[in-house]
Amino acid sequence: MDLSSDNAQRHTLAVLVDNRPGVLARVSALISGRGFNIDSLSVAETMDPDVSLITLITTGTPKIISQVIKQLRKLINVIKVTDLAEVDHVERQLVMVRVKAVEGHRAEIMRLAKIFRAQIIDVSSRTYTLEITGGQDKIRAALTLLADFGVEEQVSTGLTAISRSPLAVKKPDSKPGH
Amino acid sequence: MTTISGAEILIECWKRENVEVIFGYPGAATIDIHHHLGASSLRFVLCRHEQAAVHAAEGYARSTGRPGVVLVTSGPGATNTVTGLAGANMDSIPVIVFSGQVSRMLIGNDAFQEVDIVGVTRGITKHNYLVFSTQELAQCVKEAFHVATTGRPGAVLVDLPKDVLAGQAEFLYPRKVFLRAYQPHLTPHPKQVHKVVSLLKKATRPVIYAGGGVIAAGAAEELLTLAERLEIPVTCSLMGLGGFPGTHRLFLGMLGMHGLYRANMAVQKADLILAVGARFDDRVTGLLTQFAKEADIIHIDVDSTSIHKNREVDVPLVADARQALAAILDLLTPAPEYQAESRPLWLETISEWHRSCPLTYNQDDDPDGLIKPQMVIEALYQATRGKAVIVTDVGQHQMWAAQYYLYDNPRQFITSGGLGVMGFGLPAALGALVARPEATVITITGDGSVLMNIQELATVAQEGLPVKVAILNNGTLGMVRQLQDLFYDRRYAATTLGPWPDFVKLAAAFGLKGLVARTPAETREVIATALADPGPVIMDFKVSPRENVFPMVPAGRAIDEMILRPLELP
Repeated sequence: MDLSSDNAQRHTLAVLVDNRPGVLARVSALISGRGFNIDSLSVAETMDPDVSLITLITTGTPKIISQVIKQLRKLINVIKVTDLAEVDHVERQLVMVRVKAVEGHRAEIMRLAKIFRAQIIDVSSRTYTLEITGGQDKIRAALTLLADFGVEEQVSTGLTAISRSPLAVKKPDSKPGH
Repeated sequence: MTTISGAEILIECWKRENVEVIFGYPGAATIDIHHHLGASSLRFVLCRHEQAAVHAAEGYARSTGRPGVVLVTSGPGATNTVTGLAGANMDSIPVIVFSGQVSRMLIGNDAFQEVDIVGVTRGITKHNYLVFSTQELAQCVKEAFHVATTGRPGAVLVDLPKDVLAGQAEFLYPRKVFLRAYQPHLTPHPKQVHKVVSLLKKATRPVIYAGGGVIAAGAAEELLTLAERLEIPVTCSLMGLGGFPGTHRLFLGMLGMHGLYRANMAVQKADLILAVGARFDDRVTGLLTQFAKEADIIHIDVDSTSIHKNREVDVPLVADARQALAAILDLLTPAPEYQAESRPLWLETISEWHRSCPLTYNQDDDPDGLIKPQMVIEALYQATRGKAVIVTDVGQHQMWAAQYYLYDNPRQFITSGGLGVMGFGLPAALGALVARPEATVITITGDGSVLMNIQELATVAQEGLPVKVAILNNGTLGMVRQLQDLFYDRRYAATTLGPWPDFVKLAAAFGLKGLVARTPAETREVIATALADPGPVIMDFKVSPRENVFPMVPAGRAIDEMILRPLELP
């Protein structure tokens, strides 16, 4: 198998799973057990409380990613795996960042916040804390500009994504009978 | 509403799954189960090590196709099952291990004999369960059997906290299981079947490469019909042996690292390979980029992850092997049109390869006049007229057992393939005898492997199981020594075992009959005596330590670059 990263690409995988203990461990162990890093991860319940969506980003060659997807599908608790690189989709991430806001910089920071449609969610005598939501390009651009003022701390959620058309999931025909 | 304890529920579930025998070892965490099991109609076989209990269950499963069931206690009882679970899962054998666990309130507290066995076995089982309540126990057991035995079969572990076993619940056994996320694809796609048939009809140099999936799916009959109908020669992987009759004129023998010359050559020169229930393992393909370069490849497998995993294939067919072959046969009328005129030349070419490089050894060239290990296998084959169930350990003897004993029936050759577990043979053989008491079961083993679970002689003695243990005793760890012979300047680091133990005395210590043979004539006598004896017998064959397994494909070479004889040493 070609392990070189020459044709490695970033893939966003949407993994629908049974909402049960241990399922996230199975998914992440499968990926890490093959020596791949998970660049980003987010997990939350879906509209169906029995089902969770794991959105994860990993990097690999097409052959490796295709094998990872097949191995994920083989897990008993994995309902569906979609490589979002193959479907039209929207991605978002949330970042909170606390920047130094000294006299003379505050107006500029507020202007930047407005441009990036960020919220100022906390204020102290020396700092502003901003909440920025968006795709990775927008977030990177905002953080680059904010860096000039001095970033004290920055935290981020994993990326999450939604396809622009429904991802069909098979429903149980009937509940297991007794 | 009447309620019963979790322990009783478990036993009722086993009865509903038609379990007849459980292999295992007791402990404080599972004592409630044993308390009720002892009063039930189910048989418990007390092995002397939990690892051996899993191998015994594997032997039971591999010789029948029915799931093997194991019961062990928490902590070390559970961790001792790890090797067995990994081996069963890799070879797609349905085995279900029930492990005790500390009470729920103690989990995570580093309690006595506590281990996170679900975490430990996550990567080496098809699936595993920690049962959270007595109420859901029956559902978990039902699912465990379903998952272990369907699709590509595998190993499942069910972890049972002590208070879940002691708790009370109403017993309701689910009639069926629906797992939204697990629905094995068994039915072949008609369009793919048509593609397969059209390639089969066009091929002039076809080869069928059959793996363990043929045996798991019960597809041996369909495979034989297909091979005969289109005159296609068949080679088997180690796991596939017995899936096609070993004495059939179209059988090429095993392929791969220690495959027969004609089998490897046929694969390399084929224009079409039909792989059935096989996974293009590295021991089969050798250097992957050079494997079967001239062939179109059809790959039938129930596990879609096997497809394109190693070798890119031209026509994938994800389905149960039996259903797939039946669908193919449906499109091939009893006298189908195919490249029949090409077959005499192709089969003659293969025969010529075999005449030029047959499987061979020389009984008379050992400087000390010792028995050749291959001779022992041939003598066993003749004495049993090819009818015994052969269970092997792992090493040189395993390869000779694959080469020199011809298996005409599925489930007649039982071996640890993918994981290659030394210590598998003796417990697996006793498990096979528990399942098939009428069969002649011989474990062909080595003086290295057999010591790894030698305590099972006590189980054999206690259960009165007439296992015939054939030890090819060369005083070395032969398979590693062979690599040292060929590639490591004959520096026999860590591979010399010496004359220990005296296996005849060891047998006596367990109250068993032990026989020793030092010459070919004694070999035949010992085998005759052992087979005539109604009980278990340990046979110690003092074989030549100089003998190596050939042909051999060195690591990183194409499978037609075989070392054929010791003379060709680099």
